[in-house]
Amino acid sequence: MGELRLMKGNEALAEAAIRAGVDGYFGYPITPQSEVIEYLMAEKPHERTGMVVLQAESEVASINMLYGAGATGKKAMTSSSSPGISLMQEGISYIAGAEIPVVIANVVRGGPGLGDIQPAQSDYFQTTKGGGHGDYRLIALAPSSVQEMSDFVPLAFELAFKYRNPAMIVSDGAIGQMMEKVELFDQIPRLTDEEIRAKYDWATNGKLEDGRRRIITSLDLDPYKLEKHNWKLQAKYKEIEENEVRFEKIMCDDAEYIIVAYGLSARISQKALQLLRAKGIKAGLLRPITLWPFPKKQIVELVDNGVKGFLSVEMSAGQMVEDVMLAVNGKVKVEHFGRIGGVIHSPEEVVEALEQKIIGG
Amino acid sequence: MADINIQDIIKPENLVYQKTRMMTDKTLSYCPGCGHGTAHRLIMEVIEEMGKEHDTIGVAPVGCSVLAYEFMNIDMQEAAHGRAPAVATGIKRLWPNKVVFTYQGDGDLAAIGTAETIHACNRGENIVIIFINNGIYGMTGGQMAPTTLPGMKTSTSPYGRDTEMMGNPLKITELIAQLPGTYFVTRHAVHTPSAVRKAKRAIRKAFENQLNKKPGLSFVEIVSNCNSGWKMTPVDSNIWMEENMFPYYNLGDIKVDGKLVEK
Repeated sequence: MGELRLMKGNEALAEAAIRAGVDGYFGYPITPQSEVIEYLMAEKPHERTGMVVLQAESEVASINMLYGAGATGKKAMTSSSSPGISLMQEGISYIAGAEIPVVIANVVRGGPGLGDIQPAQSDYFQTTKGGGHGDYRLIALAPSSVQEMSDFVPLAFELAFKYRNPAMIVSDGAIGQMMEKVELFDQIPRLTDEEIRAKYDWATNGKLEDGRRRIITSLDLDPYKLEKHNWKLQAKYKEIEENEVRFEKIMCDDAEYIIVAYGLSARISQKALQLLRAKGIKAGLLRPITLWPFPKKQIVELVDNGVKGFLSVEMSAGQMVEDVMLAVNGKVKVEHFGRIGGVIHSPEEVVEALEQKIIGG
Repeated sequence: MADINIQDIIKPENLVYQKTRMMTDKTLSYCPGCGHGTAHRLIMEVIEEMGKEHDTIGVAPVGCSVLAYEFMNIDMQEAAHGRAPAVATGIKRLWPNKVVFTYQGDGDLAAIGTAETIHACNRGENIVIIFINNGIYGMTGGQMAPTTLPGMKTSTSPYGRDTEMMGNPLKITELIAQLPGTYFVTRHAVHTPSAVRKAKRAIRKAFENQLNKKPGLSFVEIVSNCNSGWKMTPVDSNIWMEENMFPYYNLGDIKVDGKLVEK
């Protein structure tokens, strides 16, 4: 059993970054995730593992520091909250185009614009449909507990390097701020410079001894070559969709109605399930752990098993519900429920929404 | 006269000059007469002479030199517009023993990337920035740059830069020289043999500062021509540069070994 600690989600994420063998963290403070860089600065990771922590002048700078660092084969990470993640979209698009493995954590808050500093899930479109320009995808992991804020850091790096693709950890202000018991994983050693040079032949950390040089770029002025590069990216995304869908199913075996919810909404919906079952309503929960790739096949299977309706519960005006609808493809009813602007729904509201919009609707 | 056989002439003992192998054989994408090619070559010669071929990572900008990575025969990264100093920071912080430099034009460094430039300088990142200033946006077809001179005509200042409306040319090199994080700040040109020699010495000094881990960033501005954007012949553009650019952007050292040079 690993070390047990009572921690905030943001602190667990920061501690996990050190333990995951991250080489560099570059970030800019923003509520409700500033504890990440505060924890890292206080913890002196340079003395623990040699990890570099740098406060950048903006989120624009920190994502580009990630570009440079990640492109050398080192493990580089940043975190921010919604408005800061918006600023990073240019860099994320370049990172995706240049196929650089990095990890970005978004502790989502209410929007649009400056919005507020309360928890929200209204960055789903930005995360899964591409907030930056061009045809690209981010691997997106959605923790629903402080434990997962820790566990998903090494997982995100594993996936990012496996596919040479940026990965995002998408939580919210509540998961980031709340304290829970967390079992920390043991220290993963940082790779040495020599190990990195031997392991990643694409990384730009100085020409190889045999004279080969590497270029990291997202540019190709020849449209036919850029089309080819795009098809290569699309083939990679297809492979990720086939192999990396992660989800959790709760009480789905006999369920007539399914709540689809991730992150904090999934936690709330678990309580709603208990209330619904107590009323004799056969409800189940499908929790996407990867927002992209989205668990489409699992929804199709549930439809085939005779599920009568789906309620997408999310702290947004209805974003993930579009992916649920695409998977259900009109075969049964799909509705959305969620409080927005930083307001968190109660389990009772979820129960009422399922009864009115799906069962009675 | 006997026939001359070229193979009898091409011999190692007859060699007086050759292209550095640190430049690729790819044909440069620059207009004939442009200073970019010379600036590229000087950097690559310095890297070769310092024996740092396997230990250097360059960062290319957006602008005419967006394809610098095709010509410089080392590991290179292509940055987003203006972001090269942040990208170089990310590299250098994690590979402190490697040589890291950015190569940026005036739009990239002094307009869209002003924040990244100033903060990399202010943090004293141990990198080299090579800044090519030709007072115009060459790649996009000759629009006004932050360094366009007052009254200078460009496609977005077709009646000349009106400083009341469009602001004044930005002397960003003098500006960053004021920051404690810069160690060596200098301005040169590459339009004559003597200017080329001086520029190369400055570039070499900048890289040596980095290798010797001198405290701060080394910044070399090269005032260059843009004969296509200025709509002149290469020769006329160099004369115009001497008569108009140099009086505004004075050549010479601005800060040496962390101390401002008295003028």
